[in-house]
Amino acid sequence: MDVSALFNAMPGAIAQGLIWGIMAIGVYITFRILDIADLSVDGTMCTGAAVCIMLMQKGYHVAAAMAIATLAGMLVGLVTGLFHTTMGIPAILAGILTQLGLWGVNLKIMGKANQPINVDKYDLAVSLRYIKRVAFYKNSIFVVFLFMIVVIGILYWFFGTELGSSLRATGCNENMARAQGINTNFNKVLGLMISNGLVAFASACLGQYQGFADINMGKGAIVIGLASVIIGEAIFSRIFKNFALKLLSVGIGGVIYFIVLQIVIWLGVDTDLLKLFQALIVAVFLAVPYWKGKHFNKGKKLAATAEKKEA
Amino acid sequence: MLELKNIYKTFNAGTVNEKMALRGLNLTLEDGDFVTVIGGNGAGKSTMLNAIAGVWPVDQGQILIGDADVTKLPEYKRAKYLGRVFQDPMTGTAATMEIQENLALALRRGDSRTLKAGITKKEHAKYREMLATLGLGLEDRMTSKVGLLSGGQRQALTLLMATLKKPKLLLLDEHTAALDPKTAAKVLQTTDMIVNRDNLTTLMITHNMKDAIAHGNRLIMMMDGNIILDIRGEEKKKLTVADLLRKFEEASGEEFANDKAILG
Repeated sequence: MDVSALFNAMPGAIAQGLIWGIMAIGVYITFRILDIADLSVDGTMCTGAAVCIMLMQKGYHVAAAMAIATLAGMLVGLVTGLFHTTMGIPAILAGILTQLGLWGVNLKIMGKANQPINVDKYDLAVSLRYIKRVAFYKNSIFVVFLFMIVVIGILYWFFGTELGSSLRATGCNENMARAQGINTNFNKVLGLMISNGLVAFASACLGQYQGFADINMGKGAIVIGLASVIIGEAIFSRIFKNFALKLLSVGIGGVIYFIVLQIVIWLGVDTDLLKLFQALIVAVFLAVPYWKGKHFNKGKKLAATAEKKEA
Repeated sequence: MLELKNIYKTFNAGTVNEKMALRGLNLTLEDGDFVTVIGGNGAGKSTMLNAIAGVWPVDQGQILIGDADVTKLPEYKRAKYLGRVFQDPMTGTAATMEIQENLALALRRGDSRTLKAGITKKEHAKYREMLATLGLGLEDRMTSKVGLLSGGQRQALTLLMATLKKPKLLLLDEHTAALDPKTAAKVLQTTDMIVNRDNLTTLMITHNMKDAIAHGNRLIMMMDGNIILDIRGEEKKKLTVADLLRKFEEASGEEFANDKAILG
């Protein structure tokens, strides 16, 4: 085992982790704030890259291409949101339907299953070539981290506004929100749009980073997003109470995820089984709070019966 | 202030679980009326409140609040006119948000939510002062998450939220039923204080006959989706539980179930 190989792979893992961290922040908005598991992101994680790369091939500036990719993601969120709110489809199913439909849309956007973008011919914002031996301001780790900080800043501001607060209330207690005159359906659609917009933005970064958009690049994205959310919370929830720091911890969760992944690959684990491990790890982490709750309730019940016996 | 005209509501129509919850209900509240509502399980008390709040559309009839016909308005738009406190203390507040954030949400009831700050510095002093009137020490815990509060504290807070922006009508759906007797009495006392101070038109459902008699200027009793008794003014002031039971028998032709839950 060559430690220097692992060491060499680290900057790439960190850059990728940061990109997925932005995606995970999008997932956090639906999963934690709105209390919806939005599976459309598996499709959106391809749409963003597809839109960005196709536009850049057509000569759009990278900033414009990324902005339009973000808007495309928001459109995806709008569709899922309307499926859920106006058509009454359960959120999970609404997301699956959008994801399925997006498969066709993504293929149409790209015209085929894979579209490359050459870092030598195009002016990319991020690339795996911009990791070593480049000026720091061009370094992808720095650039993506900057993106993440800006995203966190905007979200921190937004969720402190009247509208943002009402969105948080919608996710926390819908009955209360409506009783306070909050249009909960509108807010759910809005939340899904913001979330998918962020995911598409991350996707646009990832497409540039790896140098291509691929129809399969979003497969299992929701699991990576959830894993990052859970890892971030598990490690930082005791120290980070502020909302902006919570978002940051989710972003760092993405980085840790990819570092661990890199170590696992370095250890020589069969990469065919990686997705299986991913699924199992997320399943266990999701189960922990449930088990904890069960254990605590049991304790309470026992205490109650003990009190009764004494009485 | 409130007018219910010939309201019908049937749940699960056309199934074996069909339940005609409101049958041609009529009710008019005057400005400043504090009406207590009693009746057995399934009488239609909560259904009436939910019909007013717009939790679902009614099958037939018209609902007026002040001059506004709200019959077709969705729940969130009717909220402009209504303050609501629910039976379950968990329902009325957002547990993961701070006390002051909950109040700030309530202060903006009926306004469109903009991109202005969700809570301003100026509001702090106002919230502090209002929380102090509850006498629960919540004014020193304004940034605590509401989930940390007890049921009684949450109900008192919900009451404050419901009345922070003066509603045209205050709906209290057995808001003390889930509390222990001492806390319930305290919350009821707070209710009286706020309703009297702001001269609020109020509908209060209760399972407790003594409370129904002790509070408000008018009492209605419901059965099978309709109002069978409506007592107000001097008559209401002199009312006793025994009177109420006798009147119930006269009105319904049945003996009131001698149920602890109903008598309290």
